[in-house]
Amino acid sequence: MAEQGKPVPPEAAAAQRSSGSLQILKVLTRWEVILLLIFLVVIGVSAGVSPYFLDLFNIMNTTFNFMEKAMVALPMTLVILCGDIDISVAGIMALASLLMGAASAAGAGAGALVLIGLGTGAAAGLLNGLLIVRFSIPSIAVTIGSMSLFRGIAYAVLGDKAYTRYPKGFAYLGQGYVGDTLVPFELLLFVLLAVLFGLLLHRTTFGRKVYAIGNNATAARFSGVPVRTVRLLVFCLSGLMSGLASVLLTSRIGSTRPNIAEGWELEIITTVVLGGVAISGGQGNLFGVIVGIFLIGFLKFGMGLINVPGVVMNIVIGFLLIIAILLPGSVGRLRNRLLLRRQLRGGG
Amino acid sequence: MKRLLKRRELTLVLVIAVLVAAISLRHPAFLRASNLYDILDDTAILFMVAIGQMMVIVTGGIDLSVSSGIALVGMSVGMLNQYYPGIPIALIVLISMAMGFVLGASNGLLISQAGIPPIIATLGTLSIYRGFVFVLSRGEWVSAHEMSAAFRELPRAAPLGITNLLLCAVLVTVLAALFLTLTRTGREIYGVGGNRVAARYVGISLKRIDFLVFTVSGVIVGLSGLLWVARYASAQNETAAGFHLPTIAACVIGGVSILGGTGTVPGVILGALFLGIVINALPVINLSPFYQMAIQGFVILAAIVVNTLVDQRNQRLMLRKRVL
Amino acid sequence: MYPGGEVSDSILECRKIRKDFPGITALDEVDFKVRTGEVHALIGENGAGKSTLVKIVTGILQPSSGTIAHRGQVVEFRTPLASQAAGIAAIHQEASMFPELSVTENIYMGHHLAGGRARLLDWRAMRARTRSLLQRLELDIDPDTTVRDLSVAERHMVEIVKALSLDAQIVIMDEPTSALSLREVRDLYKIIRQLRAEGRAVVFISHKFEDIYEIADHFTVLRDGRYVGEGPVSGTAIDEIIQMMVGRSLKQMFPKTQAAIGETVLEADMLSRPGVFRDVSFQLRRGEIMGVFGLVGSGRSEVMQALFGIEALGSGGGTIRIKGREVRVSSPARAKAHGIAYIPEDRQLQGAIVGMSIRDNVTLPMVDRLSTIGVLNRRREEAVTEEYGRRMEVKAAGWEQPVASLSGGNQQKVVLAKWLATRPEILIMDEPTKGIDVATKAKVHEFISRLAGEGLAILLVSSELPEILGMADTVLVMHEGRVAARLERAEATAERLIRAALGENS
Repeated sequence: MAEQGKPVPPEAAAAQRSSGSLQILKVLTRWEVILLLIFLVVIGVSAGVSPYFLDLFNIMNTTFNFMEKAMVALPMTLVILCGDIDISVAGIMALASLLMGAASAAGAGAGALVLIGLGTGAAAGLLNGLLIVRFSIPSIAVTIGSMSLFRGIAYAVLGDKAYTRYPKGFAYLGQGYVGDTLVPFELLLFVLLAVLFGLLLHRTTFGRKVYAIGNNATAARFSGVPVRTVRLLVFCLSGLMSGLASVLLTSRIGSTRPNIAEGWELEIITTVVLGGVAISGGQGNLFGVIVGIFLIGFLKFGMGLINVPGVVMNIVIGFLLIIAILLPGSVGRLRNRLLLRRQLRGGG
Repeated sequence: MKRLLKRRELTLVLVIAVLVAAISLRHPAFLRASNLYDILDDTAILFMVAIGQMMVIVTGGIDLSVSSGIALVGMSVGMLNQYYPGIPIALIVLISMAMGFVLGASNGLLISQAGIPPIIATLGTLSIYRGFVFVLSRGEWVSAHEMSAAFRELPRAAPLGITNLLLCAVLVTVLAALFLTLTRTGREIYGVGGNRVAARYVGISLKRIDFLVFTVSGVIVGLSGLLWVARYASAQNETAAGFHLPTIAACVIGGVSILGGTGTVPGVILGALFLGIVINALPVINLSPFYQMAIQGFVILAAIVVNTLVDQRNQRLMLRKRVL
Repeated sequence: MYPGGEVSDSILECRKIRKDFPGITALDEVDFKVRTGEVHALIGENGAGKSTLVKIVTGILQPSSGTIAHRGQVVEFRTPLASQAAGIAAIHQEASMFPELSVTENIYMGHHLAGGRARLLDWRAMRARTRSLLQRLELDIDPDTTVRDLSVAERHMVEIVKALSLDAQIVIMDEPTSALSLREVRDLYKIIRQLRAEGRAVVFISHKFEDIYEIADHFTVLRDGRYVGEGPVSGTAIDEIIQMMVGRSLKQMFPKTQAAIGETVLEADMLSRPGVFRDVSFQLRRGEIMGVFGLVGSGRSEVMQALFGIEALGSGGGTIRIKGREVRVSSPARAKAHGIAYIPEDRQLQGAIVGMSIRDNVTLPMVDRLSTIGVLNRRREEAVTEEYGRRMEVKAAGWEQPVASLSGGNQQKVVLAKWLATRPEILIMDEPTKGIDVATKAKVHEFISRLAGEGLAILLVSSELPEILGMADTVLVMHEGRVAARLERAEATAERLIRAALGENS
């Protein structure tokens, strides 16, 4: 195809920049902003439906329910941005919890348990990463298999039993508050991690490389980006954070059963996709994902207040996932059409 | 290469033979005909659903919702039988397949018309269908004494020598094999999986094929749902939870590439048989059934790695054959 | 009847075809006429519009205006199938094969033969037909072979057989000899002659004179999306055709300035990769532009990619010396560290990340150097982008613009900018002007000359004879993985280069 280009004439581009209302339109139709609006709607509706909703104590306490998932959603964002997917995160959580339980039964202290949890997560992530990168196997295939393996080990060891003995100090991690405040330790930890991940993704060379790989892994490689190393690290990170989430979850519920965090991968992936990250990789940002986390978290809180059973909540999450995929596409198209029309009319 | 295909299936047959032999050495009862027959009967549903899964994977997709579909249809017909025991079984069979059709078609529409990637769409319906099981049953089960005798007898009855259950599996297998090798549409499924762009250029409708495979998978799921709850004489909210994994495992072991374009019915049957034998051998060698998931996961990973290594080796051999 | 009342023995006639894309006119009132029993070469440089015209004729694209007449009747090809139904078959390159399926199935996909009341597929008939078609073209291929196991040339042949199975009256081939060895090219010529003898028309797109002169009867030249001229091949001198293709004299096209040639910076010694290339040795000096010529498949790109570390050379694969020191180039990152830059052939896939901004693209190879302990430094990035974006004269509204919105020529400039920013000493360029308009092409050539003048050592891989003849100080010709000839500028003639590329002793 001939490619004699007439590049965008500078006049039109300049007009585009200077037009104020056009700028506002551009901002308003961004996915993250729309998500924020939906979030406010959810808050509004929930508050209207139940008086318990806007209670600060309740709000703080409900975050307990989704902070662990939130923490796994952070590295999942990187995984999906890279063009991959990690379906084994919940399986890793089960495995880590198993090993922590076993160690606790053998008398290990809280500090050791944390290390074991994190270590298991990192090791599992490393295994995923090696299989995917070394053998060039699609991540979906590997993580479906490893998900079964990891959780399967938990089932094999525990069967229908559970570990229930955990050292006293351990409970603080998942159940404690910061000092005398209403702020749960988990929430504080999440905020810190969110900031760290935000910086990692949007302010470091590592993050830039992640975006490059997700957009075009071949061109990234040809540009000297160590694609294999980056992908490996991303999966290690995913495993590590799954391990951390497992530490907190196990600490919060105080026991380990093989079905711990079962099905969580669905909600975590939904959160990331809802946050505007394209499933094909390369597009999206962490802010949208964080909004998505709280959106789903408070939506479930609201549903819980009107006694919607957990399984039915899953139906809603399932629909949300499908809508999440459809919406950015149609919103994007609508946005392009609006902007184009404004532009053609002469800058607005 | 036809030879390569035969080699893979031959290898599987050998592996299965060795496996059976090894177990039988320690536990001679394993090799008894009645036991082997039981294994086939036990694995019948896996055979069927794995074949449906295979068609989806060959086009490059995946269907994670099969487990929830089985539960939803199973619960539905179970409750139907509970409250209206008078409905003839033949009609129930048709209803189950019709329901399966609807579930599969929903997947198909989301994927072919709305353009949602199969992994996401079926991850969503996995949850949605499972949720509806609960909504339908309000948390209650349908247990054996609430089902009519005819209902429970359906899979067990053996009017033609083998159980109806096994008969269904055989029918599905044979029909699928014929469809995939001897009809135009069947071959177009391979075309779409092999090269979407090229398939479009030769006039194949991608939307039609995508819709078709999910719908067929759905119909099989529907029938399997009925057979499942009838066989185990119970319809629960957790019925068939996680069952989508062994169907994928069976395909991968059987040589179906996760990227699409390749795969045979015999391969999938052998893959499913392998899994069935492993699962049935667990109690025999004193491993609790809780080991099932771990073994499945391990086998999936091993099969994928082996597949990849073999492919890479073949690529290198091909390159070396070139004249230089 | 045809407007104008002409009686035509043409089987296909395109009149005043125009194709517009947003911001680009790919074809501007192009005429194109093909007669039965004729081998017609559609000639033009990269970016002249040949592929677009073929896409319109095969129903993949719709013309913005203009008419297509098939056997005198005006028609519209709304879909590829419609074009196929009219007896037009196009042979694309890799895109149309099903690698895991057999030869028979590749030929019959989409129109499998079915018979009997049950409409079951008749494999025996399909296999037999395939076998007879293969035999007719004297091809030694088993119909049951999986296509993945065939060589590129064999796949091409299979595509031709596919066209025959549809009883195509017009067979269109896009750069058919691109990936063939000498013997395979001869086989292809034989097949084309046979098709002609059967009264079919063969159109092939090419910019290779060797093909044109060997088998074409008639030619049409396109330039910049416009129809320039046509005529019979015999009786037209090669220079005339070049003039039509290029529009100006070689001197004007390639403003080559003589650069001072300095010491050796790169030494390749017996580079080998089993099955791909063998015993490739050469020396490259500062300020020198070494053209690398050869048919695709001769191993040129693969040698360059080995130099750049895309796939490291194995032990026994030869040695690479940079400024006298032996180095091991195991990855593009290492190559970058050694001062090697590579402008890849496939701009969209390998060169630029079109989903990202110009700035992100330009700074990518340098991103670690431009950061402070891993943290991005916006100011430094902007400075570098500004400097090299201006140097390369990238035309864009702003550096934040996504590369996807740029024209082909500008995208290539971004690719050049990003590599120049790494301040390389050795620059490898693989088909740098492919798919670019003529004006930008001249600019790129100017740059290359300038860069050589600034002391860069340049390897220029190209399949365009005029480009090599115009730009190179020395020419390395490759053939089937080996160095066939090494010629200085003075002794490099079109004929010598072609013969070396075809493997004939000069």
